[in-house]
Amino acid sequence: MLQSRFKMPSRDELKKRMDKIPDNLMKECPICHTTFFSMRMGKQRTCPNCGFGFRITARRRAKITFDTFDEMDADVTVPDQYDDKKYRGKIAKAKKVTGIKESVLTGIGSLDHQKVVAGIMDPFFIMGSLGSATGEKIVRLFEKATTEKLPVVMFTASGGARMQEGIKSLMQMAKVSQAVEAHSKAGLFYLVVLCDPTTGGVTASFAMQGDIILAESHALVGFAGRRVIEQTIMKQPPKNFQRAETVLDHGFIDAIVPRTNLKQTISQLLRLHQREASHG
Amino acid sequence: MAKKTAYQRVQAARDSHKISTDELIRGLTTDFFELHGDRSDGDDQAVIGGIGLLKDVPITVVGIRKGADTEENIKRHFGSPEPEGYRKALRLMQQAEKFHRPILALVNTPGAWPDVDAEYHGIGSAIAKCLQVGMQLKVPYISIIVGEGGSGGAIALACGDKVFMFEDSIYSVLSPEGYASIMWKDSSKVQQAAEALNLTPEWLQENGIIDQIIHEYHSGENLGPLRDFLANQFNELANLPIGELLRQREQRYRNF
Ligand SMILES: [Zn+2]
Repeated sequence: MLQSRFKMPSRDELKKRMDKIPDNLMKECPICHTTFFSMRMGKQRTCPNCGFGFRITARRRAKITFDTFDEMDADVTVPDQYDDKKYRGKIAKAKKVTGIKESVLTGIGSLDHQKVVAGIMDPFFIMGSLGSATGEKIVRLFEKATTEKLPVVMFTASGGARMQEGIKSLMQMAKVSQAVEAHSKAGLFYLVVLCDPTTGGVTASFAMQGDIILAESHALVGFAGRRVIEQTIMKQPPKNFQRAETVLDHGFIDAIVPRTNLKQTISQLLRLHQREASHG
Repeated sequence: MAKKTAYQRVQAARDSHKISTDELIRGLTTDFFELHGDRSDGDDQAVIGGIGLLKDVPITVVGIRKGADTEENIKRHFGSPEPEGYRKALRLMQQAEKFHRPILALVNTPGAWPDVDAEYHGIGSAIAKCLQVGMQLKVPYISIIVGEGGSGGAIALACGDKVFMFEDSIYSVLSPEGYASIMWKDSSKVQQAAEALNLTPEWLQENGIIDQIIHEYHSGENLGPLRDFLANQFNELANLPIGELLRQREQRYRNF
């Protein structure tokens, strides 16, 4: 009988074997709670069961999204005026982990022979928070796109404002909005991809200002933090109230696209927004 | 009088006897006519809007307001607008542009209302639209932070040509309580947080975040001088060609 040929190891035995596997070899999906071998995430870093896109660095995203990527403003970083020791320590660590000098990587990308100006926020750089240099890089990106008449693709991933930079962080919301609107008024296309997590001041500005807004499967998308809301309403908010699927249901996202289809979808949308050269 | 500490300023900004947004509107304008609703979902009581005359010139006023008593406070979520409130404000500001009316925005809010429905109704999107459209409106746009200016919910209506603050007001990226809890995991360190946030009008003016501090007007006081001051400010802005007005506004925020 089959059963005898594939004898199931005991529970204890299984646990013992699992414990021998190094932690980073196994991964648990925070959405569907499936456990799987890390290598099955592939270079896209998605859950093989539900398609959830794990948080990835901006550099990795540039690599898996664009055929070529020429970085812009690579040296724009947190101004020296912020000299708090703890903050400087965080910055140093973030630079090391992400290989970039602020929470957004910007550049000119190409995909399927289409040229775009791209911004990729890095959730590992102080939670992708919006520092004044982050705002500066994003504004320069939009200014470049407006001057060169190019579309913008922006991947958002952010915990919101950069507390350490106080009111200057808040001002970035206005500064970037201005640049987005100038780009929009020039008749140019702005595509947003909401990635896990997109919250706070980023949600309340350029993340929600796209002509088309996509989101990765199951990405957390919201404005106020869950804990703040919990304290306000004095009960637990519904489990998935800030998931991309819920936000889609409420009409604030155009489509949800699993990461594995994202490159193809972006390419398609860029194509659909191309101004026909032969008619020009 | 001894200078107030940052935390005393926070308390003064939150004082329940502070002059209300409604009283400011009635005192500054004549013929005020209130307009309701966002033409989509509802009419948020935390945001008041309408048209009135400022020294014979029609202006559009939008304001975030707290309540005069508990009942009003609950209805207005203590001055925390819902998405419908921001959409109402935006609707009225766009209407102002159509009729070439200057815009006065009065801000007194601890922040946007953080609840589940506000998320479902797109609070982030509503604020984002106020910022995107607000900064390009082709009419003079002045904001006054009257009491609290808390986070994204405040800047949504404070992104015009000039931003003024009352003496007893604060403006910050987050409430001192929230800051203390995020930075030090200790919400009781409010006083330290108030210092760290640099939320006083003096600091904000020195650092170019706001343009001027306005003397504190108390309830019942003659608002004549403020009316004259605002009329002058609007006049100066109205004298600029539209292109120049927008260029200066753009520059104001580009520098941050
Ligand atoms: Zn999964």
